[in-house]
Amino acid sequence: MTGMSAKTTGRAAPAGDLRLVNLTKRFGIFTAVDDLSLTIPQGSFFALLGASGCGKTTTLRMIAGLEQPTSGQVLLGDRDIARLRPYKRPVNTVFQSYALFPHLNIFENVAFGLRRRGIRSVDDEVLRMLALVQLDDFGHRRPAQLSGGQQQRVALARALINQPQVLLLDEPLGALDLKLRRQMQIELKRIQTEVGITFVHVTHDQEEAMTMADTVAVMNAGRIEQLGAPADMYEYPATAFVANFLGQSNLLAAEAAGGSGSEVPVTAHGARFSVPAGRARADRGEVYLGVRPEKLHLADSADQVPAGHQHVTGVVSDASYVGVSTQYLVRTGWGSELSAFAANSGLGGRLPVGAAVVAHWDPRHAFLLPRAPGQDDRTAGLLDEPVGASS
Amino acid sequence: MTALAHVPTSTGQPAGPPPPPRHDRHRLLPYLLLLPGAAWLLLFFAVPLFQLAAASLYDPTGSLSTGYALTWAFGNYPDVLQAYWPQFARSFGYAGIALLLALLMGYPLAYAIAQKAGRWKNLLLVCVVAPMFTSFLVRTLAWKTILSDNGWLVGLLRDVHLLGPDGRLLATPVAVVLGLTYNFLPFLVLPLYASLERLDYRLLEAASDLYASPVQIFRKVTLPLSMPGLIAGTLLFFIPATGDYINAELLGTPNEYMIGNVIDSAFLVRLDYPQGAALSFLLMAAILAVVFGYLRRAGTEEVL
Repeated sequence: MTGMSAKTTGRAAPAGDLRLVNLTKRFGIFTAVDDLSLTIPQGSFFALLGASGCGKTTTLRMIAGLEQPTSGQVLLGDRDIARLRPYKRPVNTVFQSYALFPHLNIFENVAFGLRRRGIRSVDDEVLRMLALVQLDDFGHRRPAQLSGGQQQRVALARALINQPQVLLLDEPLGALDLKLRRQMQIELKRIQTEVGITFVHVTHDQEEAMTMADTVAVMNAGRIEQLGAPADMYEYPATAFVANFLGQSNLLAAEAAGGSGSEVPVTAHGARFSVPAGRARADRGEVYLGVRPEKLHLADSADQVPAGHQHVTGVVSDASYVGVSTQYLVRTGWGSELSAFAANSGLGGRLPVGAAVVAHWDPRHAFLLPRAPGQDDRTAGLLDEPVGASS
Repeated sequence: MTALAHVPTSTGQPAGPPPPPRHDRHRLLPYLLLLPGAAWLLLFFAVPLFQLAAASLYDPTGSLSTGYALTWAFGNYPDVLQAYWPQFARSFGYAGIALLLALLMGYPLAYAIAQKAGRWKNLLLVCVVAPMFTSFLVRTLAWKTILSDNGWLVGLLRDVHLLGPDGRLLATPVAVVLGLTYNFLPFLVLPLYASLERLDYRLLEAASDLYASPVQIFRKVTLPLSMPGLIAGTLLFFIPATGDYINAELLGTPNEYMIGNVIDSAFLVRLDYPQGAALSFLLMAAILAVVFGYLRRAGTEEVL
């Protein structure tokens, strides 16, 4: 678009994929990153998603060189960079705190990396970078004179100008307000497409990860729970943790009998349901039957349930109106609360609290997940309790 | 010169209407707050300074018994400068060398306490300040013992042939410089510590991420960001060290006397008030000149 892309990609050396091989980091007896292996293809936008303390930032810092791995490799192409000092790696970071140098103006902040590598004429490059992040006239200002969003863009320009083979982003949008964050998400995605550098983005915000990344890895307790394209992971999560970290899910404790056909029959709380075999991560023994709240529909009576749908009956125990949709909690006969989102599309009225309803879903939208013995329902109604980090 | 004429232009902000004038009492408040301090300075700094200036221009032939006449004797200044320039030069020389030694010890010390000490931070700070709990005089006398001819230090230095068999430390320039270094070190370390303590380690990580080697990180990030503490610390060290006379008195001989010793004896021994006053003014002018020269240079440091 601005003529930036041709130059940048043209000069970047053939980097190859970024591969983490059996990467482990222990702090004393605490294992922050546990035997992590993954491959991040060159030029992709990769998101590491997880709650705080899951090891995602430690992973990022090991790629940057700010943390020494206890064991394992960080391969860039065929080269192991795990033991190189940070200033010897073709990797740059956009820090969560931005970490702009307060004693230097914006121009010198952006020029910092080039100057340290002994490049004399930096003016053209710096001005081009400032234009890329739309801060053309800010070169003479100090970081303290800029807003949070502008500082964030300076931090981005300061890292990108070095044309690293991998750009690391450590929750770079965390400090911005919602509107600005949306805007920056689009900006970041545009810039990534334009410069074609591998982006590794660490975040705890699942929407942010899904909006921007080609591939998302959900991390939990130092390990990767699931890795894939955002839509695939959302529609068919692999574990209960992912099902509730990437969006919300109603997970009913169920027993599967195993099936030979295309359907896996399950029993939950005395009722019989079934799930297509292609959507079962487990088909025998203790399982979770999962349905996303927006795929759970509410009807007044059982005869309104469309053919082929499966259903449970209950009573509306809570209704919160959030503009685009209304979020209902439905208390079932056995006491669990299911969450259902109904779009406020103007079709169908709103249900009052206390109304008897039938919650129904298309079995093709349900999924089966393995369940540890003895674990009860994990439904959206119970979400305020901490789930995940320990599981 | 032209510096005052150059008014910085506002950075593109629209010139709105001026804010409405505030209530009178609010306008007076800052002056009321200044009043006690200003009165103190006027009574105990400005008035004595004026008297000292007058005394420096008294007739040099007068004496305490016959009384002094204000004869605007500007000749006092060249006279004392001619008589005592070696002591002037020595003052700045000793204080300068002591400052260098103190920087070599104090900067790493302040850095270690601020960035690396962890839970030992407070204890180490107490250790830096602890000597101040005893009198300046007592501490300097202790150095006299340490440096004495039959002390362990001189014995050790003689054994390793760093000193000749008759070599000594006490009553040499080395002793005076060491005394100055020791006595004023905390004044350098504390402001430096305060600056380095606020240094965000994430900036150092960012610099490292941006291809700066450890040496470059120090030169381009740590040092510029510790500049305020470094400037304050060097001034707090250098100014009193230049005017000091206790160290030269106790650890040196008349050959090591600094300008403070001369002023001391002019006022208290020889009772030559015009000379003492003129020397005091010259010392003040010299220190101000050095400080302003230093601040002008240090002020441009961040552009390096």
